[in-house]
This record gives sequence, structure tokens and C-alpha cells, in this order.
Amino acid sequence: MSVLCGKDTRLVVQGMGKHGTFHAKGCRDYGTNVVGGVTPGKGGQTNEGFPIFDTVGDAVAKAGANTSVIFVPPPGAADAIMEAADAGIPLIVCITEGIPVLDMVKAAQYLKGKKTRLVGPNCPGIISPGERCKIGIMPGHIHMGGPVGVVSRSGTLTYEAVGQLTALGIGQSSCLGIGGDPIIGTNHTDALRLFNDDPATEAIVMIGEIGGSAEEEAAEFVKQHVKKPVIGFIAGQTAPPGRRMGHAGAIISGGKGTADEKMKAMREAGIRVVKSPAEIGQAVKEALGR
Amino acid sequence: MKIHEYQGKAILASAGVPVPKGKVAFTAEEAVAVGKELGFPVVVKAQIHAGGRGKGGGVKLAKSAEECAQIAGKMLGMTLVTHQTGPEGRVVKRLLIEQGMDLEGAKELYLAVLVDRASGSPVFMASAQGGMDIEEVAAKDPKAILKEVIDPAVGFQAFQARKLAFALGLPSAVVPKAVALMQGVYRAFEAVDASMVEINPFLVTRAGDVFALDAKVNFDDNALYRHPECAEMRDLEEESPLEVDASKYSLNYIKLDGGNVGCMVNGAGLAMATMDIIKLAGGSPANFLDVGGGASADQIKAAFRILLADPDVKAVLINIFGGILRCDVLAEGVIAAVKELHVNVPVVVRMKGNNEDKGKEMLNGSGLAFTTADDMMDAAKKVVAVAGGAR
Repeated sequence: MSVLCGKDTRLVVQGMGKHGTFHAKGCRDYGTNVVGGVTPGKGGQTNEGFPIFDTVGDAVAKAGANTSVIFVPPPGAADAIMEAADAGIPLIVCITEGIPVLDMVKAAQYLKGKKTRLVGPNCPGIISPGERCKIGIMPGHIHMGGPVGVVSRSGTLTYEAVGQLTALGIGQSSCLGIGGDPIIGTNHTDALRLFNDDPATEAIVMIGEIGGSAEEEAAEFVKQHVKKPVIGFIAGQTAPPGRRMGHAGAIISGGKGTADEKMKAMREAGIRVVKSPAEIGQAVKEALGR
Repeated sequence: MKIHEYQGKAILASAGVPVPKGKVAFTAEEAVAVGKELGFPVVVKAQIHAGGRGKGGGVKLAKSAEECAQIAGKMLGMTLVTHQTGPEGRVVKRLLIEQGMDLEGAKELYLAVLVDRASGSPVFMASAQGGMDIEEVAAKDPKAILKEVIDPAVGFQAFQARKLAFALGLPSAVVPKAVALMQGVYRAFEAVDASMVEINPFLVTRAGDVFALDAKVNFDDNALYRHPECAEMRDLEEESPLEVDASKYSLNYIKLDGGNVGCMVNGAGLAMATMDIIKLAGGSPANFLDVGGGASADQIKAAFRILLADPDVKAVLINIFGGILRCDVLAEGVIAAVKELHVNVPVVVRMKGNNEDKGKEMLNGSGLAFTTADDMMDAAKKVVAVAGGAR
């Protein structure tokens, strides 16, 4: 078992440029069922063996796509999200970094009341190693199948945590990169709910960072609903206020969104918070009683 | 991206928001000329990208041409220290010369528009407690800040502005003017893809006229590509030269005060975590530096140059998780940069992922004095030790 992606995934890639094509191949090589790509005006052609469609609607009708991954550059990315939602795609993973915030405001509004789930934008994607399904840009080879769900706002820091787990012989059910932007489709709480409901997930790693209050809200959810062990880390314990630390969402402003506040809320919710990013794997091992 | 008050006011004025008459001046002579054009008294306002200017002596009233020349002469070139500039302050290079407003019996309120993460929508905020630090107001009395969530599909509606205006306690005769001003503020916010527009204070005069007495407009960097006229407003002199240099190579660099370990990392989250672990190992990070996913040889060289331009840096820690990036390619870039730039501080390298063994072999066989490390804590301890411990 896994969350969001697995054996039933039929993936369509929106934005088959150099970048999109490279990662479409990476996903296919890992084992994902990539049913095609969308490049307006090139419908009917093939690219690296992938059938190309003019619209997401065509990819749904002709290839049975049920998941989309977006590599469309920032000016067209919000539009691509809305197109996929309009085509009835239940799961959209948007990798694109640098989408204007007001574009995302509109896209998020458009998704309200629809059954589509958005993951991202500005994220590495989702992987379910036990089912050989990868939707995104993460290195597949560092993962292995197993009982730990991982949710994180960042890319390479997630790989770091996954690398530690795999080195200790602890596999992952699914790893979910939710993205570093201020407006994202799936947040920490949503991810925790998915992992909590997934019978194959026995422990959850939650990696947050400074800025916003998503980690505090997730901690509240853990307190109320989650019985599985949760291990947490917050990046940016040494970050100065008022400076955006790379991610558009990672900024301490008005004294809010500090690592201390988040770690406190998480500890109070029963989450095992590690101060060092090097201890994530070990803490999971202990939580699983191995 | 931040801009100056006079630039923000020009954007607001073009959206129909009433602002005091005024012009920018780069010299005392220009300041006097603007003053004569407007008629005295005028207000001389230092233009720097930081708040709290009044308390620091950056806002002064000039009642005559002589006084204007004297104040402007003093203010230009002075180092203005406010609670937002840090102890080093900012050198004043531009002034806004503005008509003096009659503040007798006037009310100072607060308005702002920004994107709220929780609702995923723009939010219009207002408070009757303007003129002071809004963060203090928020901390002491959160109820004193009123909020209207904006539906992005229809925009900020007149009824929402009326709700705010009445809740602020404005007299009925002033409400229509305040509504028009607030709607103008939202139009400006949307038109330039701002990340924030803040009017503090929003002035209501004794006569019942409304003005944006100050203006802070920040742009969403991701949207600047569609606003070249806004991108041109960037004042590089207000930014740290090293950060400007870094941005040319798509590097994200932020200098931290008091640190001595330079860091070079791929990915923002891992870069923050690397800073954290240096601290846990008893040291102090000198910077945040995200080289991005690609980390080309050119970028690594530029990153070294920028790190080493900071005289506080006594050692460098490179922490790279090679997902798509191959560690051997990275090692090649690091070796080339260290040779070419004659790097003479200790360099600790920790790399993980694709071809890491080959990368390590290359570093160890390079004849250069690299220290390699396996995990993050090992790397942090090693770099803190060679940097001379904590400071």
C-alpha cells in the first residue's frame, strides 16, 4: 500500500520540453506507467516513445490518464493546473518553481469544490518505492519500499532523510514533497491524514521549515487523530527574521513562523522532534522499536 | 523585491490613491527646488528600504528654503539606523520632498494588502492604531487588526471596504473617500503583482480628506518578468553587494552576522538544515547559500568567490545531495574552483548520492587538502574544528 501514487497510476506529463522529457523518462525507467505527454500543437506525434496529446482532456479520453505531473514553465503553470483539473484529473503534481503568487491564488480558488488534489507547486513530487511508482524529480535509487511515510516542504532535505532511512534498512511507503511556496495544494495536515489512513504506513516523518503556521496546524491534527509515531524536524532554527531563506514560503515575519514555536507545538502534540537533521533516521528506528 | 516610498507612492497615485504632492531629490539643490515648487513647509524624508525612519531622524519638517537645504544636506550621506536596518544602518542617497500635511486633529490609521497563506487569498487588513509598529499592535491586541478576505475571482468589493471603514470608526462623510482609497490600494496591489502593499499611516485630516502618508510596496519576485517597469525600480545600492553578485549566477546567498563557517549547499531546506547542524556542532554559520539543483562548475566557482569575499569565513563546508547531479561532476567543479581561486581556507566536503565514491576519490587524489565527511554531523564537527571552534 501507499498514498496517492502506486500501481494504478496512469501518468500524463504536461510540459514535454527538455526538462519535462528528461524526467518523464526517469519516471518510466523507475517503473511508473507514463501514458503520454501534453504539448499543445504536437498532438499525434511521439516523443521518446511517449504519445503526445494536444490537451489534457485528450490524454484522459485516449490514454486513460488519471494523474498529471506539470513541468510547464512559470508563466503557464497555473493554467496547466486548471486545465488538468478541468479534464477531471484527480491528482495533479506540480513541479514548476517560481509561479507568481497571484496566479496560484487563482488556481487554488479554481480547485475549490473540485475533487482534484494538487501537490506542490515547487516540489520534488511523490514516490511509492514499494510499488515502483515515481511522479517527480527525486532520485529513485535512494528509496526502498517499507513502512515509513515521509512528508516535507523541501527537496534535497527529504532525500537526506530518505537516505538515512534506507541506509538503516528502513523502507518507505510513500514520500511526499509538498513544496516550499506560500500557496500549496496539499499541506502537512493533508499528508498526515493520508498516512494516518494508510494501513501500510507505520511511522511518519514530517519535515518542516520556518514560515507560516502549517506545522503548528499539523501538530494539532497529530494530537487529535494520529496514533502512529511521528518524527519531526524543522529546518531554519538558525535563520534570521525577515529574510527569505530560498523558498518563497520560508520567512520569519512579524515574529511568527519561527522554528522554536513550531518545534514546541510539535513536541506538545507528542511528536518526537529531533534538533539535528542527522538524527532523523535513528529516531525513526527507535520509534519503530528496531 | 523592495522599492522606495516615492516609487510606491507613484504606483498608488496611478491607481487613484490620494498621496501628498512630492518628488524625489538626489541633492540638496534638487530638494530646495522641489520645496519651492511645492511651497513651504515641506517634509524631507530619507529614502531607504527600511521602516522606522522617523525615530532614527530620517523624517524632518523644513519651513523654509534655507532649512530645507540644511536638512537635506545633512540627511544625504548620513547613516540611518532604525530597528529594521540592523546596527550597521543604511546610507541615505535619495530624499522624498513632500508637501507638509496639516496633522492637527488628524487621525493616523493602518491599511495593508497581502496574500494570506491560511486562506490562500489576498487579505485586506486595517487598524485604527496606525502610525506605529503594526507588529506590536498585532502582538498586544490582535483584535485591533481587522481583516477582509478577498475572493480573487471578483476582487475587493466596495461593501468590504465599507465594512472596514465603518469598523475603523470613520465619520459617515469620510467613508466614501476611504472606500475609494482602499479600492485603489487593491487595484495597485493586483496591477503590479505586489506581495504586499502597506499604508502606515493612512491619514484622515481634520477636514475629512484621506491620504496615503507613507507607502511600502513589495513585489512578488516570481511575477517581475511581466512587469519590466517595476523591475527597473530595483535599487541595487540598497542590497548587499555579495547578494546581488550571487543572484547573477542564480545562487541564493544570504550573509549571516557573526558566523565563521561558509556553507555551500544544494536546496533551500538542506541549506537551512546545514546552518542548523553547524550551530549544533558548536560553530556558527556565516551564510545561507543554495546553489540550486544543477550546481554547474561556473556556479561553484562563483559560490566560492562570494563565500571567500566575506573576511569572517575561516572554513567552508560543502554539503551536496546529488540526486540528479552527479558527485563526480561536482567534485570536478570544486577542484577546479579551489585551484583557480587559490582557496586558502580549509574545505570540508560532504557529498551523497550519485557516484559519491568516485567523487570522493577525485577529491582525495587531487593533491589539495580537502577533508571529506560521510554524514552531516561528522562534516559539521570537522568544519567547526578547523574554523577554530565557536565564536
